[in-house]
Amino acid sequence: MRSLILAVLLACFGLHAQCDTVAQIATAHAADIAKPSRQSIGPVIADLAASGDPMAAKLLEAWGNKALGQRKADKAFFLLAPDPAGYALTDLTGASAGTAAKSDISELKPNAGVRGLIASALVQFTLSDPDPVRRADALTSIAQDPKAESLAPLRAAIDSETDPALKAQKQRLERLLTLRFDTDPAARIAAIDSFGSDLGLDLRAALNPLLATSRIATQDDGAGLNIARVLHPGRDLTAVEAYDLLVTTGAAPARLTHDDQKKALAAQITDGKVGGIAVADLTDQAARDRAYTALEAAGAVPTAATDDEVTAAIAAHHFYEAYAEPDASVTAAAQAALAKISRVVGAMQVADLTLDGLSLAAIYFLAAIGLAITFGVMGVINMAHGEFITMGAYTGYVVQQIVPGYTASLIVAFPLAFALTFGAGVALERLVIRHLYKRPLETLLATFGISIALQQLFKNIFGTQARPLTSPPWLDGALTLNDVVSISYIRIAIFGLALLFLGFFLYLMNRTRLGLEVRAVTQNPAMAASMGINPDRINMLTFGLGSGIAGIAGVAIGLFAKVTSELGTDYIVQSFMTVVVGGVGNIWGALAGATMIGGFQKAIEWLNPSNTLAAQTYMILFIILFIQFRPRGIIALKGRAAGD
Amino acid sequence: MTHSSPRFPAPSQAKTSQHILRPRKMARIPATVGMLAALAILTLAVTLLSPAFGMGEMSTSFVKTLGKTLCLCLAALAMDIVWGYTGILSLGHMAFFAIGGYMIGQWLMYARTQEIVVQALASGPIPATADEVAQGVATQIFGVVGGSDMPMIWGFAHSLPLQLVLVVAVPGILALIFGWLAFRSRVTGVYLSILTQAMTLALSLYLFQNDSGLRGNNGLSGLQNLPALGDVSQDLVSIWFFWASALALGLVYLGLSWGISGKFGSVLRAIRDDEARVRFLGYPVEVYKLFVFTLTAVICGLAGVLYYPQAGIINPAELAPIASIYLAVWVAIGGRGRLYGAVIGAAFVSLLSSWFTGGRAPSVNLGVYTIDWVDWWQVLLGLSFVAVTLLAPKGIGGLFDRLTGQRPPNRKGAPLGPNEGALQEQEAVE
Repeated sequence: MRSLILAVLLACFGLHAQCDTVAQIATAHAADIAKPSRQSIGPVIADLAASGDPMAAKLLEAWGNKALGQRKADKAFFLLAPDPAGYALTDLTGASAGTAAKSDISELKPNAGVRGLIASALVQFTLSDPDPVRRADALTSIAQDPKAESLAPLRAAIDSETDPALKAQKQRLERLLTLRFDTDPAARIAAIDSFGSDLGLDLRAALNPLLATSRIATQDDGAGLNIARVLHPGRDLTAVEAYDLLVTTGAAPARLTHDDQKKALAAQITDGKVGGIAVADLTDQAARDRAYTALEAAGAVPTAATDDEVTAAIAAHHFYEAYAEPDASVTAAAQAALAKISRVVGAMQVADLTLDGLSLAAIYFLAAIGLAITFGVMGVINMAHGEFITMGAYTGYVVQQIVPGYTASLIVAFPLAFALTFGAGVALERLVIRHLYKRPLETLLATFGISIALQQLFKNIFGTQARPLTSPPWLDGALTLNDVVSISYIRIAIFGLALLFLGFFLYLMNRTRLGLEVRAVTQNPAMAASMGINPDRINMLTFGLGSGIAGIAGVAIGLFAKVTSELGTDYIVQSFMTVVVGGVGNIWGALAGATMIGGFQKAIEWLNPSNTLAAQTYMILFIILFIQFRPRGIIALKGRAAGD
Repeated sequence: MTHSSPRFPAPSQAKTSQHILRPRKMARIPATVGMLAALAILTLAVTLLSPAFGMGEMSTSFVKTLGKTLCLCLAALAMDIVWGYTGILSLGHMAFFAIGGYMIGQWLMYARTQEIVVQALASGPIPATADEVAQGVATQIFGVVGGSDMPMIWGFAHSLPLQLVLVVAVPGILALIFGWLAFRSRVTGVYLSILTQAMTLALSLYLFQNDSGLRGNNGLSGLQNLPALGDVSQDLVSIWFFWASALALGLVYLGLSWGISGKFGSVLRAIRDDEARVRFLGYPVEVYKLFVFTLTAVICGLAGVLYYPQAGIINPAELAPIASIYLAVWVAIGGRGRLYGAVIGAAFVSLLSSWFTGGRAPSVNLGVYTIDWVDWWQVLLGLSFVAVTLLAPKGIGGLFDRLTGQRPPNRKGAPLGPNEGALQEQEAVE
């Protein structure tokens, strides 16, 4: 039916370029317009389309939107618009025709089927609309919902297109529609091949339906089917699935479920027996089957497939996975095209995964770099390090409550977070850790106490729900290279921050007086002291510095993670792992550790998608095994610097 | 065993008894006897006050709280052996505790659900097949995580003896593998602590998944209902479990204090104080550590078996790393390197903790701010933990030292070793 309309429409369009004016057509088809049906509307639309009158589109639009009316007095058609007096009328030449009371006009309300036909006819008008925005909208709507009917109007609208960008878009869409809906297989294959190494999501969306398969069961050898593969029951599909397929296609009676069998048997109990078998004996499936078969033989219950009948029915059928698309050459071409795409997409995914892994590594590195100073260089276990990260994130939150503007508040928050956590770190070092330098296990326990207390303190102050730390607008969105590879700006920013910290750390340790003194004190405090270095002061400053960096990391992490009192806990174990795996006492070790942990975690997530919990579990197991082979980490210090 | 032994062996005895024939003496016998006597008195008192056998002065839930506390004391004993005596600060022993709970929970839940399902199916006109019962049980247990099949790891859940074997085997084998990996690569000190913490985190993350086969974060519930004993009131069940917990604590206490009183205990303490030196003396340090690590893991598993039927529910939050840290906190506050310290610490802190967090502690009104202990107890606990570590490394045990007139060892300026809090007076005496 639709193709008929289209054929008519095209014929009219092609043959007589200028039929009549819209007003004349409307008069000629007055009855069909007033009482439209799916059958009678075809010629009307065809004539309207052929008229070339700009009013045709407006008429169709009004008609489809139920805004076309017929004046009762003279049966003339008008476009209606709401008006205080009833309706404002516009006649079919486009001129205003005054107003009319609602009672004088009978509104035309075509049914949904007719409106559908009107809408697809309208596509052709909008595709050639003088306004490029409307043309682009029409293309978008076709691309979102590709239909066979859109193909012909689209083809017709290509040559007249003046905008080169829109023309290219139209041509691409035309090829996408051709490969799906054209009647000539050769044209479809040509369209498929024309895309070459294109990776577009729209192309994949167009190709995939061509390869949609369904399972089919036949008793013959499946001639006439475009078979994707032969299914062997027991290997490619289970016996249950095979039999269910037979049942849905009506080739076999429904299988008797155990529940139904039980109900049927229960209904047939006479004198404590069913089919000659005592009820008490029906405690296994074989006995029930025997009872049911006996009942079947007696005609007491309907025949239903029991297990051996199911086996026989499956054996009598062939099972295929067949394409819905009948033409084998088209499916082969689509398959080849998709295979090529998936190879390229696979390579892109590896690139994307690498980016993901790197950005995760940057996050771990950021969380661990403070620890690389306090634990790696000084050898102090600080379990409250995670709470310093939390402290930084909450500082960011509080600053955002006070300072207007997300960018300005971030600029304030970073130094403030550093100052606060630096102070907290110095206080912790002076009050607690200083007394425990010789007793690392007790340092661990005491800082655990601090961690527990701080966490509860955060809970008391900020509550248990997550607090928002909003990133400035210029960090929203993502850098998109193509449909596969993209990375959000915030992750790039974190990556940059991690690199910045790495540079800062290297400069500090290797190029400044403080770094020299820190290295001296960690290697041999007594000797350092005799050289005029104050170990107390150095330890205090170093610890404060490590804590301060944790605070800055906290602000950055808070931008993408939920800021709760447990934020730090989520990172503390990973951070320690990063430092331990990388190799204690070496910033490059922390970097290597973060890269390895981040990369592996992403890889595991990729192998086992939608399960980050499992990924973390396997990651930790991997680390435990890794330490077996390199107990001192990836980059182990050698010689005197290795200490003990 | 001689019960009259003074704290220091007589010189003649020490010289003549260098061989196996030497009778083992209990370390600190007054403490062992005192602790066991206190336990006996507590058991008697609770029985007399319980609703089941006595005046009913004590509520069933408090009997359960006390029973659970005894189980925690048992875990703390294990922690004391592994940390206070051997110097391995394990932050994973509560994971073994919870695994024990999971193992017994599997049987309790399976058997109980089976009873219910069989009962429900028995009302039908036709007797149920074994398949139908199994399917019904699986649907009942796993409906909550959207499954209806029994995972493989429930293969033994139908049988109490098999599941009891697992209670010992699973924590034991896990500890054995982990310990072997960690000790053979000479991971020690804080590194080992972090590694055990990572293991605990990995386990809890794994169990949080719905497809782990142990009902994800729903955990196992209804464990207080004993299969086949559904008619017995919880009053009675609670006192049974209290007795069992007390008996287990008493036996383990006795066994451990015997174990650490001999040469074995000396080796453990020596490993704690200077591992390298013990190794150079020819002792297989790794074997000792592995044995202690595994043994204590099994003890923790057994404690979990007694604990969770009293608690009624177990979920992955129970083996979060923080739980194991609390275990260390209890032992540290009670006093490391002395068994009674672990018991006192666990009992004192966990009871105090449940008193404070239960909302029964009176709030403190400061005028501008009211301190509500539900919110501030954790802060107090954390800070008091810092204070104990800094100011009183011997914990509550230090009070006993002061009462009995023991002074810290005087090594004339030499360092006291890495684990000052665990040192005993007589160890310093040559």
